[in-house]
Amino acid sequence: MASNNDSIQKTITVALALCLVCSIFVAAAAVGLKPIQSANKDLDRKRNILSAANMLDASTSVDEVFERIETRLVNLETGVFATQAELDAAGVSPDTYDQQAAAKDPALSVALAGADDPASIKRRAKFASVYLVKSDADIDRVILPVHGYGLWSTMYGFIALENDFDTVIGFGFYDQGETPGLGGEVDNPNWKALWEGKKVYNDQGEAVIQLAKGGVDSADPQAIHKVDGLSGATLTSRGVTNLVQYWLGEEGFGPFLSVLRSEGVQ
Amino acid sequence: MSNVKEVLFGPILANNPIALQILGICSALAVTSSLSVSLVMAIALTLVTAFSSFFIAIIRNHIPNSIRIIVQMIIIASLVIVVDQVLKAFAFEISKQLSVFVGLIITNCIVMGRAEAFAMKNGPVMSFLDGIGNGLGYSAMLIIVAIFRELLGAGKLFGVEIFTTIQNGGWYQPNGLMLLPPSAFFVIGLVIWALRAYKTEQVEEPEYKIAANSRAQEAL
Repeated sequence: MASNNDSIQKTITVALALCLVCSIFVAAAAVGLKPIQSANKDLDRKRNILSAANMLDASTSVDEVFERIETRLVNLETGVFATQAELDAAGVSPDTYDQQAAAKDPALSVALAGADDPASIKRRAKFASVYLVKSDADIDRVILPVHGYGLWSTMYGFIALENDFDTVIGFGFYDQGETPGLGGEVDNPNWKALWEGKKVYNDQGEAVIQLAKGGVDSADPQAIHKVDGLSGATLTSRGVTNLVQYWLGEEGFGPFLSVLRSEGVQ
Repeated sequence: MSNVKEVLFGPILANNPIALQILGICSALAVTSSLSVSLVMAIALTLVTAFSSFFIAIIRNHIPNSIRIIVQMIIIASLVIVVDQVLKAFAFEISKQLSVFVGLIITNCIVMGRAEAFAMKNGPVMSFLDGIGNGLGYSAMLIIVAIFRELLGAGKLFGVEIFTTIQNGGWYQPNGLMLLPPSAFFVIGLVIWALRAYKTEQVEEPEYKIAANSRAQEAL
């Protein structure tokens, strides 16, 4: 440990040399692994979408199943598929659109407050991705992204509807941070299976699907619109109800789904 | 050779970084709710500790004293970023669960502690082994805690059901507390107790003794 180690010149030299070596090292790792990482991310997103629609199949690869799915963007204000002109003006494309990032971008989102924001999402993207599962030319089912606040966290998920755009095929979150064992039971496959076959809309066309505290009474005429609440997780259950009703309601995909119901896909 | 053995295996029982040195508690609380995540965290930390000690030991005679902590941090931080990138590329599911905790290895006291206490004074090979050894000590503790927490909290090990829970129609009522971070305190405390009951030399001297009953006059 010679004393010249502490000279200003040596200190600066060591600091610079070390920074240079480390930055090359880090940059090489980041750049070199980037393609594998983005492939992973993409695969993960596709897997989440498929698992919501109960289309995940161990025997076929995710990419293969995903070929049946068409990704489109919906303009949530007009309730129809975004036109090419709108997409060009906003500078987005269906295949690369990131709705979570867009919701944070003032140019691509609108602020929500108070009564307009039952799901507590603060900002909503102007465009939403929708995933159309096709068999031949017809839509077989549609998968919609939903998100909203539970007790601790914003929960991100997908809901899949049959081609009557009313009956639920599957529902699930891919990202949530609720209390493990209580609100975290939103990930329980048994609970998720309860959603299958439920109807979203009542006769007036309002999104009324909800979680019922204490479980669903099968004698209840509204039972078709109700799913068992999560025991011990009132606030998470309320959050799930709010976010599903919001996203499938008038402010969310409601207008889009009614257009699909009456006119089919253009 | 006995020296190598001591450096490598000493930290597992005799000088465990968590149980005796009480370092790295924060991540031990956060990531131990499932065994597979703990295992990846343990491997990541072991590699980071070993390689950071190794690189620091190589350049230890050239590190200016005035900036030595910063130099250590740069090396540790670079390694952690590389580990994080590798996990994102090859173990995506687990890297999602670990989320910020991989990044927080940078602030894990064990890495910094070994760099400062051992690698600055010893050669690269011994430092590397010391890093592996302390990583193993950390891993052992993490795995013990994770086994208790996952088994009692979710009835599973490695995500495979061991006890069928009531929610899935079985008999086991999971203990939700075990899935929350504070439960790791209890488990770590119990493990330290067991370890010190077995290796009594680890018991610390009390800092003061409470005197026997005394009369008021004597107390004055």
